[in-house]
Amino acid sequence: MWRAGPRASSPAGRRRLRETLEGQAFLLPTILGLALFWLGPVMASVLISFTDWGSGQRMVSWLGLANYRALFTSSLFWKVFANTWYYTVVSVPVGMLLSLGLALLANQKLRGIGLFRAIYFFPSIISMTAVALMWSFLFNPDLGFINYVIRRVFHVPGPEWVNSIQWAMPALIFVGVWKWAGYNMVIFLAGLQSIDRSLQEAAAMDGANNWQRFRHVTWPGLTPTTLFVLVIMLIGSFQVFEQTYVMTEGGPAYATLTMSYYIYLNAFQYFHMGQAAALAYVLFAVVCIVTALQFTLQRRWVFYQ
Amino acid sequence: MRGSRVLSTMFGYLGLTLAALFFLLPLLWIAITSLKTPEQLFQYPPRWWPERPTLENYAYLFSKMPFIRYSFNSFKVAGLSTIGSLVSCSLAAYAFARLRFAGRTALFYVLLATLMIPYQVTMIPVFILMRSLGWVDTYYPLIVPWFFGGAFGTFLLRQFFLTIPTELDDAAKIDGCSAFGIYWRIYLPLAGPALTALAVFVFMFQWNDLLTPLIYLSDPDKFTLTVGLAFFKGTVVTRWNLIMAGAVISALPILIIYLAAQRYFVQGVALTGLKG
Repeated sequence: MWRAGPRASSPAGRRRLRETLEGQAFLLPTILGLALFWLGPVMASVLISFTDWGSGQRMVSWLGLANYRALFTSSLFWKVFANTWYYTVVSVPVGMLLSLGLALLANQKLRGIGLFRAIYFFPSIISMTAVALMWSFLFNPDLGFINYVIRRVFHVPGPEWVNSIQWAMPALIFVGVWKWAGYNMVIFLAGLQSIDRSLQEAAAMDGANNWQRFRHVTWPGLTPTTLFVLVIMLIGSFQVFEQTYVMTEGGPAYATLTMSYYIYLNAFQYFHMGQAAALAYVLFAVVCIVTALQFTLQRRWVFYQ
Repeated sequence: MRGSRVLSTMFGYLGLTLAALFFLLPLLWIAITSLKTPEQLFQYPPRWWPERPTLENYAYLFSKMPFIRYSFNSFKVAGLSTIGSLVSCSLAAYAFARLRFAGRTALFYVLLATLMIPYQVTMIPVFILMRSLGWVDTYYPLIVPWFFGGAFGTFLLRQFFLTIPTELDDAAKIDGCSAFGIYWRIYLPLAGPALTALAVFVFMFQWNDLLTPLIYLSDPDKFTLTVGLAFFKGTVVTRWNLIMAGAVISALPILIIYLAAQRYFVQGVALTGLKG
């Protein structure tokens, strides 16, 4: 092994230099990846959003803010914007409550609990493409299982679901919630298991009932986990794409056209890369603002042990 | 006291079972539909179990439709991405966990910040980059980025590496082991469970991904299962028994991995759910 010779005036300095070089060698793929696939594109995207970049044209011209102006004056954009919020505002709280409920159920000390957890988690590992195809069939107005049940139980014909302006979005939301509930349940379970059991026992000794124990012991301990789930659910729901692509293609009458799908259409179907990049930046801004808001508001309700 | 415990156990199982049915019944209905003939599909009222279940939908997809090829393509993409991710993320995770160098913390936070960036923001410039390399309609854009690290995998492995006692490094250093030697001979062999969790995650993510293959692949022979399946739905429209068989085919490999390595799925989710 190479050792510092007598001329090495500062062995510590040399060691630090060696460690820095080593660190950079280990991180070479990561640093290149950050530059090529993240930081570079994030900056390039801004530039593209100020141009009329499309496919095949020789000259790209600078448009300034025209792409953004075109968006904000387009009624379709506001429709898409509202649709994305509709999806988020309904699917996040519903999905949150469902996964928290599942986690409380699956946190019981009962035999065979592992099997139940495995069942709840399973939909989250199948592709959304397969899940969305399944539910396209289950929500099929004529042949679908859902409308069969509605007809049998309520003796009325069920809605047209994905063919209906009113019911298409609820169907997409349902599919998203159904698929991801088990995934978020696992995160909540990890949170529940990290809560000090002695606190629960002490509360029980003091005669607290189930609700009081949940409200004053479990819930405060679970708030950091809840914040994490909330943030990842929000980021995910603003990017909803696959259900739309498979189940409705944005229809009927743009009722389910979401930001992410609209960006895909602009970039890869209409080849308006500049317009698509501007849309992507609007989406990015929304995600940043909403996430920043979560981290600001957390001081009011998140309790760190 | 005893009576109330029995009652709470009963209610516990009742809730658990109802929730299980909520997830299982739709899946079961799909699996059964994939065993039906077209006549049985259109039967009203629908029957839970067809009189003569048939495998002909699967036979059709494998012989008349390129579902074997789609599966092979998906395997190739998911498998190579997994290898790339294991190599690049474990190197980075070791550096973040154990090497001391200027800018380590800042770089780590920059890496984590990428988790916040919506895919749509980078998708367009990366597409232009890939096109200029002549990589459109090849698998390179689907696989190569995984050889360049990633926040999720690096974070997951770093969290695991931090639990390995540093006494092991010190002993190895005294024996003249280089940083790479410590990574290769001590950290990787000890990180089996974390590496498996990451492998399972990347494989599943890539197997299931729709948007990236959709953007880059246009030759139907190159389609992955998800793209093939979505494309197939457009061509057969109402032959739900076939579409459902396709959905089952695409989910089956993941189900098998899940049954074999269930705890690694759960560990992966739970590890990233904890604060770093």
